[in-house]
Amino acid sequence: MPDSGKRITFTVNGLERDVVTAPARPILDVLREDLGLTGTKEGCSVGVCGACSVLIDGQLMSACLIPVGELEGRAVTTVEGLADEDGRLSAVQQAFLTCGGFQCGICTPGQVVAATALLAECPAPSPEQVRDWMMGNLCRCTGYYSIVSAVLEAAAAGREEPA
Amino acid sequence: MRLFDYHRPTTVGETSALMAELGDEAALLAGGTSLMNLAKLGLAEPAHVIALRDVDELHGLDGDPVQGLRLGAMTTLRAVETSESVRALAPGLAEAAHHVATVRIRNQATVGGNLVHADPNQDLPPMLMVYDAVARITGPDGVRTVPVADMFVGFFESVLEPDEILDSVSVPPCAPGLRSGYLKFLPRTQDDYSTIAVAAGLQVRDGRITHARIAVAGGGSTAVRCRAAETALVGNGTDDATLTAAADIVPGLLDPVADGRGSSGYKRDMARVCTQRLLQRLVAEGAA
Repeated sequence: MPDSGKRITFTVNGLERDVVTAPARPILDVLREDLGLTGTKEGCSVGVCGACSVLIDGQLMSACLIPVGELEGRAVTTVEGLADEDGRLSAVQQAFLTCGGFQCGICTPGQVVAATALLAECPAPSPEQVRDWMMGNLCRCTGYYSIVSAVLEAAAAGREEPA
Repeated sequence: MRLFDYHRPTTVGETSALMAELGDEAALLAGGTSLMNLAKLGLAEPAHVIALRDVDELHGLDGDPVQGLRLGAMTTLRAVETSESVRALAPGLAEAAHHVATVRIRNQATVGGNLVHADPNQDLPPMLMVYDAVARITGPDGVRTVPVADMFVGFFESVLEPDEILDSVSVPPCAPGLRSGYLKFLPRTQDDYSTIAVAAGLQVRDGRITHARIAVAGGGSTAVRCRAAETALVGNGTDDATLTAAADIVPGLLDPVADGRGSSGYKRDMARVCTQRLLQRLVAEGAA
């Protein structure tokens, strides 16, 4: 029988977590089912749609494609970890609200996490860079214009108010 | 998805020993973008997965103009895309890496995984062929090297034996003044596999082509170097007639599979068109 109960220790949104589970399970399932962090969504489950976007050691990745054993000793940031301790939204989250960068909402956590990763790497992207980076996060409602606007708005807000 | 035991060796030696012990019940895990999808689809059902992320020997990206580049097997495609060394020494490789799927996938997928998976539609192999890259493979009997142009056998099949590990890829210093580029034909979405993709490199001296490389992805069961088309270029000028004649040879070297991205004939024809356009681009960039 394969491992079904291995202890895996990693950081989630700044807190150290211990999970005893099968190391083969996708990170996405452990976040949602074991840790109750249901902000990260399951869309295609094959790495295409971006709904399960998370940051692992700051890098944007698909939580559906990585077995949780790979997380040992690493740090995950999910959409739940973006607002500050008082619940104040991040610049990206606020910009998605301001610009109406969502409709049904299922892709939104992934969009917000992907945009956060972009602005961490490139604080003042061009519209072309935004489209290129965000191309991997699919949305069936907005038509994308408001999402691109939201990312540009967040970048502008970040320039006015340095963290 | 069938659950598996998860192993995390820290050296190539330990990895080899595990592979010998576990046999064909084991699969190696690099970035996971291919293996996890195959496992979810039930196309791979390993009882054991050997994760390579702690194997230091497989990491690292080094480059200098004399030695060329060394890409550790665990180098991510995103690192290839953004590395200053790669951009300076093999800019076509950075360009091809940029065209792989999405940034999220490029943050996970690795050079070694990309090659060993031997998917004929991948973007890196043809570009590595253009740069005469060589794979370094470690097995129980020692180390051997295989040019990337000779490492693919068929669909998802490379020359690697089940007990071997690809540990790195070397890109030798390229021909002086080599211009290289990648043209990925994507009629659907930008993160898709190509319908056909062409990688090429040209060295031109005094108006004559002195060195040429052309390789195609998506044109059959493996990525393929188009030596006959290269031969048609070398020694000739950079006029359109020469470039067109070389491009005309490419379709006959391919055996594309018809799928949702196009019929076999369409892919052949687009390989010709893409080769011609890419060669014209490289010549124009040289003249600029």
